[in-house]
Amino acid sequence: MTHVQRGNFWRVLAASEGWSRFKRSKLALTGAVIVVFVTLVALVGPFLVVQNPYDLSALQLGDAYKPPIWSEGGTMPFILGTDQQGRDMLSAIVYGSRVSLFIGVAGTLLASALGITLGLISGYYGGRIDALIMRIADIQLSFPSMLIALFLMSVLGRGVANILLSLTLVGWVRYARTVRGETLSVKKSEYIEATRVIGLPDARVLRRHILPNVFASIIVLSTIQVGSFILTEATLSFLGLGVPITRPSLGMLCNDGFSVLYSGLWWVSILPGLYIMIIVFGINLLGDFLRDEMNPRLR
Amino acid sequence: MRTMNETGVERSVGRQGELLLEVRDLRTYFHTFKGVVRAVDGVSFDVRRGEVLAVVGESGGGKSVTGFSVIRLIDDPGRIEGGQILFCGRDLMTLSESEMNRLRGSEIAMIFQDPMTSLNPVYTVGQQLEECFRLHTRMGRAERRRACVEQLRAVGIPNPEARLNNYPHQFSGGMRQRVVIAIALAADPKLIIADEPTTALDVTIQAQILRLMVRLVREQGRSLILVTHDLAVVAESADRVNVMYCGKIVESGDTRAIIDRSAHPYTDGLIRSIPSLEVDRRRLDTIPGIVPNMFELPEGCYFAPRCPRARDLCRVREPEPVEIAPGHAVSCHFPLEKSSSQREEVR
Amino acid sequence: MFQFIAKRLVQLLVVLFAVSLIVFVLTSVMGNPVYLMLRESATPEEVHAVTQALGLDKPLPVQYGIFVKNALSGNFGRSYMYHLSALSLIIERLPATLELVFVAVLLSAVVGIPCGVIAGAYPRSLFSKSVMSLSIAGISMPSFWIGMVMIYFFSLYLGLLPVSGRGEVGVFLGIRTSLATADGWAHILMPSVTLALGNVATIMRLTRAGMQENMKQDYIKFARSKGVSRFRLLFGHALKNTLIPVVTIFGLQLGSLIAFTTITETIFAWPGMGKLLIDAIHSADRPIVAAYILFVAVLFVFINFVVDILYVFIDPRIDLR
Repeated sequence: MTHVQRGNFWRVLAASEGWSRFKRSKLALTGAVIVVFVTLVALVGPFLVVQNPYDLSALQLGDAYKPPIWSEGGTMPFILGTDQQGRDMLSAIVYGSRVSLFIGVAGTLLASALGITLGLISGYYGGRIDALIMRIADIQLSFPSMLIALFLMSVLGRGVANILLSLTLVGWVRYARTVRGETLSVKKSEYIEATRVIGLPDARVLRRHILPNVFASIIVLSTIQVGSFILTEATLSFLGLGVPITRPSLGMLCNDGFSVLYSGLWWVSILPGLYIMIIVFGINLLGDFLRDEMNPRLR
Repeated sequence: MRTMNETGVERSVGRQGELLLEVRDLRTYFHTFKGVVRAVDGVSFDVRRGEVLAVVGESGGGKSVTGFSVIRLIDDPGRIEGGQILFCGRDLMTLSESEMNRLRGSEIAMIFQDPMTSLNPVYTVGQQLEECFRLHTRMGRAERRRACVEQLRAVGIPNPEARLNNYPHQFSGGMRQRVVIAIALAADPKLIIADEPTTALDVTIQAQILRLMVRLVREQGRSLILVTHDLAVVAESADRVNVMYCGKIVESGDTRAIIDRSAHPYTDGLIRSIPSLEVDRRRLDTIPGIVPNMFELPEGCYFAPRCPRARDLCRVREPEPVEIAPGHAVSCHFPLEKSSSQREEVR
Repeated sequence: MFQFIAKRLVQLLVVLFAVSLIVFVLTSVMGNPVYLMLRESATPEEVHAVTQALGLDKPLPVQYGIFVKNALSGNFGRSYMYHLSALSLIIERLPATLELVFVAVLLSAVVGIPCGVIAGAYPRSLFSKSVMSLSIAGISMPSFWIGMVMIYFFSLYLGLLPVSGRGEVGVFLGIRTSLATADGWAHILMPSVTLALGNVATIMRLTRAGMQENMKQDYIKFARSKGVSRFRLLFGHALKNTLIPVVTIFGLQLGSLIAFTTITETIFAWPGMGKLLIDAIHSADRPIVAAYILFVAVLFVFINFVVDILYVFIDPRIDLR
């Protein structure tokens, strides 16, 4: 087990080979820049944009159907144009990205919490519990997660909480499998044997000795999971089975704009989608690098 | 061409045979993030027709890279930086990749270290053997099949007709190496490069496979470059020996001369660390220290830090190869004298 | 072999039991269909009559028994919307979905595998790096977005391809398919590309990784020392080894392709079973949703089975016993 001295952490990181490979990798740097940018936009963006798209009284129908400013007919301050209700697209995208990112991150946290718990239980105790959990995981894995989420949402109905529930139920499996696998291999190692010999309570062994060992895998999985959850949420919302209309995510904005795509108002639907792609692209670039770096076995 | 060496089963013939391969000042470097590794650095040697040349040394000495360089199978980040590889008078370095491919297998072939990994797991042994005939001969389908059976029989695989349809995982390690030998010899190459061909095998069958290989090579008057770290193998099968250390040939000469009258302290160290050769000693000698870091080679003689005889000169100036007897060259400022007590009796 | 098939069949039954239970429980929670079938001004007697007709007044375990019994005979009830048998509606829509999936699979194999092979063989080349960046971009794009961009660009801006719908259906080798007509191809092009894109990226990355791994192996060097040409080396020796994991993922991907037809078909108004499902969900058409899920479950288990069999043909090291 690698114990990192707390005070040294940053110095150790800066001197590590991984850090120098990170600095050399253009793709990883691009990914990091995108992720930082996107996070900043979500945090401070609402203070910078021209309107609050949720505030219906701020919308002027006279501003509707404005294209982005680089197209003919575009006017300031609507840099990315407006939709059919006169909503500023840039503002809508900034606010929408908050919803999308929140769902992606919160969903990942919940799914990882459930998955890690079940994985630890499964790997550490084995026996019937293990068999049951892994059977469920197997069955679930034979179905595409998109379909399961779709089905769950059709039963649960729209809403942020429901999406989070669906994503949790869809996402736990990979965590559980990874954590279980690592737990099994760690459990066999001598120092875990030793902790049991000296009579440490199970919970403490799990938390202090097994979790640190699976940490790297969890980080890698989670990075990729955030991206895939953002896509899943976007897709569900696009199909009208995701977030409610009142607080549109990026996927919901696409759904909204799709109806006017045929009348040539491409920016209303295509720009929010483009931003989804940028977000997920950045996360995936970073995730790819982390995966190669931290755990080459997770391919 | 082959007829002149029909008597090549005898050992001494190699000396008189005409030159098949001349390697001049070969340099193969590996360009890594940490720096350049000079795996093979200015190596020159000859191989005559019908001759078995052994290349020995510790791992990391550049033996295998030398072998792979001759057939030009060096991959990134490695590169053959310079030198000439004259095969039958043609410089292989000037050939295109497709010209090289026509030569590989039909003129020069290789036998790899680990028979567990050198055969493709998803093709049958027959398919892999047949490929050689398809690439390098004009045989028809039936003819190729007959040739495959013949070839497997030649390397001593029982029931060859049935075995052709088996996959590599259905063979034992020794049998697989026989298959590898069969494939290497299939298109009748003039030169075979064997890279530690017995190292990965069970000790009990090493000698068996080695003898089979050497017999098949000598029967047809072929030449063999035998890369190995095992001096016992050398003593049994080679005509001549190149001793390599840190990418350079430090000593070369006839097998007997090298083993009985080694002049380089490194060669001497290698010989002293074999358990069974001639002299009965209580304790096995080892060469002190380890092979130096290839990124930070010492100045002067690379062996100086480990050498019991090193003096100041050795740490400053690199020794040039000197011919101390006909055909016996050594790169050392202070070569061992033949008068050393243990060697007296050999004379 | 027989044992293997038997084991698989048992597995199939377990999966189907689990799925049917989940589907039954969840669909019974999903809104009360009675109100969807009646006018708003319906009397309590009318509501009662319909509830009884649907068997919704019985206790849940009994309802489940009826559900399974009916399901086994292919009877999932009549669609509330179309007043037709749910299963026959799905079967009727199946060919349209299958041809979409077929073209998408073809695209992923024809584009994904060769690109992955070349990128994996020359990992430092510009081509490989572009392929990698593009494939990451590919898996980062929401598929509905690709569809919208293509609709805007090819249909609305350039006016080259039809916006939506399935084209003319012709007969080819006795099969009625839109792939038999030019108009059909014009219609299927954008939906299938939309469907395939993420898949192409996945296959490409997987093939590349496998090739990179395999090209380092000794048997590749040994083959080279025999004088095997570059082309045969890549597509003969290395690819066959690489295909083993690719085939597995291909099977899994086939499942997710079918799932994603729901989105593609919605965007392009493609009359397949995916669009049927989405429409059914929006109108709480329980029998169709239930029939769809169970139908797809059988399909997936079948696909996994076929993949396992394929495995044996590609990898001689696998012994079924």
